[in-house]
Amino acid sequence: MLLNMGPQHPSTHGVFRMVLWVDGEKIVDVEPHIGYLHRGSEKLCEGEQYHQVITLFDRLDYVANFNNELVYCQAVEKLMGLDVPERAEYIRVILCELNRIASHLLYVGTIGLDAGAMTPTMFAFRGRERIQALFEAVSGARMMHNYFRIGGVKEDLPGNFEQMMGELLPLLREDVEESDRILTFNEIFLSRLKDVGTISAEDAVDFGFTGPCLRGCGIEYDVRRAQPYSIYDRFDFDIPVGLDGDCWDRHWVRVQEMYESLKIVDQALEQMPAGEVVSSLGRRLIRPPAGEVYVRAENPRGEIGVHLISNGTDRPYRLKIRPPSFCNLSAIKHLLRNSWIADSVVILGSLDIVLGEVDR
Amino acid sequence: MVVSLPLMSVTVLQVLWMVVALLLMFTGLSVVVLSLVWLERKALGRLQLRLGPTRTGPMGLMQPIADAVKLILKEDIIPNSSDRAIFWAAPVIVVLSAFMIWVTIPASEGLVLRNLELGLLYITAFAVMGILGLVLAGWGSANKYGVLGGLRSAAQLISYEIPVIMVVVAAGMLAGSLDLRVIVASQDQIPYALILPLGMVVFFIAGLAEVGRTPFDIYHAESEVVGGPFVEYSGAHWSVFFLAEYINTFAIAALVALLFLGGWSWPWDTVALAWLPSLPAWPWLGPLLSVVWFLFKVYAVILVVFWIRGTFPRLRIDQLMAFAWKAMVPLSFYSIVITAVYLYYDWPGWTLTLMSLAGLGIVGYIVYRRMTAPARRVAEVKARQAAQLAERRASSQAG
Repeated sequence: MLLNMGPQHPSTHGVFRMVLWVDGEKIVDVEPHIGYLHRGSEKLCEGEQYHQVITLFDRLDYVANFNNELVYCQAVEKLMGLDVPERAEYIRVILCELNRIASHLLYVGTIGLDAGAMTPTMFAFRGRERIQALFEAVSGARMMHNYFRIGGVKEDLPGNFEQMMGELLPLLREDVEESDRILTFNEIFLSRLKDVGTISAEDAVDFGFTGPCLRGCGIEYDVRRAQPYSIYDRFDFDIPVGLDGDCWDRHWVRVQEMYESLKIVDQALEQMPAGEVVSSLGRRLIRPPAGEVYVRAENPRGEIGVHLISNGTDRPYRLKIRPPSFCNLSAIKHLLRNSWIADSVVILGSLDIVLGEVDR
Repeated sequence: MVVSLPLMSVTVLQVLWMVVALLLMFTGLSVVVLSLVWLERKALGRLQLRLGPTRTGPMGLMQPIADAVKLILKEDIIPNSSDRAIFWAAPVIVVLSAFMIWVTIPASEGLVLRNLELGLLYITAFAVMGILGLVLAGWGSANKYGVLGGLRSAAQLISYEIPVIMVVVAAGMLAGSLDLRVIVASQDQIPYALILPLGMVVFFIAGLAEVGRTPFDIYHAESEVVGGPFVEYSGAHWSVFFLAEYINTFAIAALVALLFLGGWSWPWDTVALAWLPSLPAWPWLGPLLSVVWFLFKVYAVILVVFWIRGTFPRLRIDQLMAFAWKAMVPLSFYSIVITAVYLYYDWPGWTLTLMSLAGLGIVGYIVYRRMTAPARRVAEVKARQAAQLAERRASSQAG
């Protein structure tokens, strides 16, 4: 039987469409269809000035906006050889790690829904809302912040930032622990996710997996550690890895990553110096010298890459984005074959795709 | 005036009374469903850090009524490709079988529409009828998700019907009757929940599956088959399915209360009964109290159902079937066997409790081990990783 799943289906995480050939409850083959959210972001980037491109990057992975802004800003900074003030680096890291937690919390909520549990969603969203309230205080927007600038950040943190963080972090730790406890080792949840959607480490590398999906297979690869960017070499954190490369391992890695991110935020808050938040060069019209650069960073979903070519004008000549979700999603055919229909939503949920990034 | 029918003779008055009583039952059950909708939304809300409905009426009490009005006023869409007759018949079958069960479920000694000697047989028979409606709904709506859901419901409900019937048989054996009033009366000293805890657990779990509540809500799983058989239904038709689902949930809870929790008999029953008749001014107090007590028990069971819904994810269809055939069915047969042994040799009651707890413990342990195997493996590996890390740190410090 040919079963069309999506683009309007509650658990395809946006406008993703899968055409499933099913034999009873078993999936024989699957044909994924993407592109329902295609906006031509890469082409749009070519028509905007360098600072204006930041808003476009906000809309790629729309649940981890800061991480996207960071990788773009770093690409331009590398091209220009621009130094970022210390304080700005710390602000960026704190916000990015908080955004990673927010993104993973969203993932915990949606995988709960995919597996049929409503309550974890509410628990996870409570934490996410708290983080977003902080983001709003910092940048003025809950999502689509447009806060990072080439050479720093838009403006300094609000005066009561330390106090807000002091209130937020214990609550956030509680939220993370709670959404971990309610789901991760639940027997039914385990039986739904363990040994489902298994992918071997070799296959994962071949498909271009990155991020928690790759680490779920037992490969200890994290750009923050493998090729430290920004100031990630100053923090002490572990890279959690899974064992079998199944859905549950991917879930477990994400949950552990939230604790690690909390650790990084704690350290960064302690070390954060005072001072400028944006370099004076970044305030002017950006005109990087002609040349090209490739910059990678660790997004909540994996490695995001930006290949930026400049011809010396105030607009990028070409900007190629390597979105992590897209590469992770490429294995969907491989993962879904011979699984159950009910597994398909769990596997898709455990890949944790964001269509804004897949379709660009 | 007497109307003669081939098999029985009833007066017009009796017929009229029957009609009125049926209408009363329909109304009463509808009110119960409204209360359940409200209770579920409130209970779930509280479990999920929400408030539940608050805006319509005090504490949102009017919310179910507003919902009902909205559903009835909504446009009733019938897909062009659907099989109209089946599409119309399916909700009727489902809701009729749900209501028919209640004809013979007593709410107290006297409050029952029609007490049957073989009441339990009748109930289990009509409970199966509902499946037909679900399969027809899936098939008639000509939607692939509907068909999938309908077939899932058929597989699921038929598998879980067996343990339900088997446990009902065990309870019937204990009481020596399938008449619900007799079963309740024989629990006036000690409820069967204490004598046959195994039976209650199996009945409750299988009952959850029977009415498709979490974690067995596979046939209408929102995230997989998007409502299953109900996917093409809207407005009044959909609300009828909804009604039936809640009535069935209520029926299962009522059966748990009747079969295992002593129905309307209360603690210190004999004491209370001793002084109750001495208050001749309130002859209705005794019956009223028993209805209240019965409803209290049923709602307590219902709250457990909602609690489970607020806690668990849902199983996969193969896991669900495996659980039915590998755990539920053997357990229900075991409960029959131990009940028979207990009755035949006339052992004291606690032996049955012990045997039933032993069975529950063994199967529970096996299920638990199987389900937590990955968790143990992770713990092992985590311990190994931690040991390796400590070793590495120690060696780096030494170096």
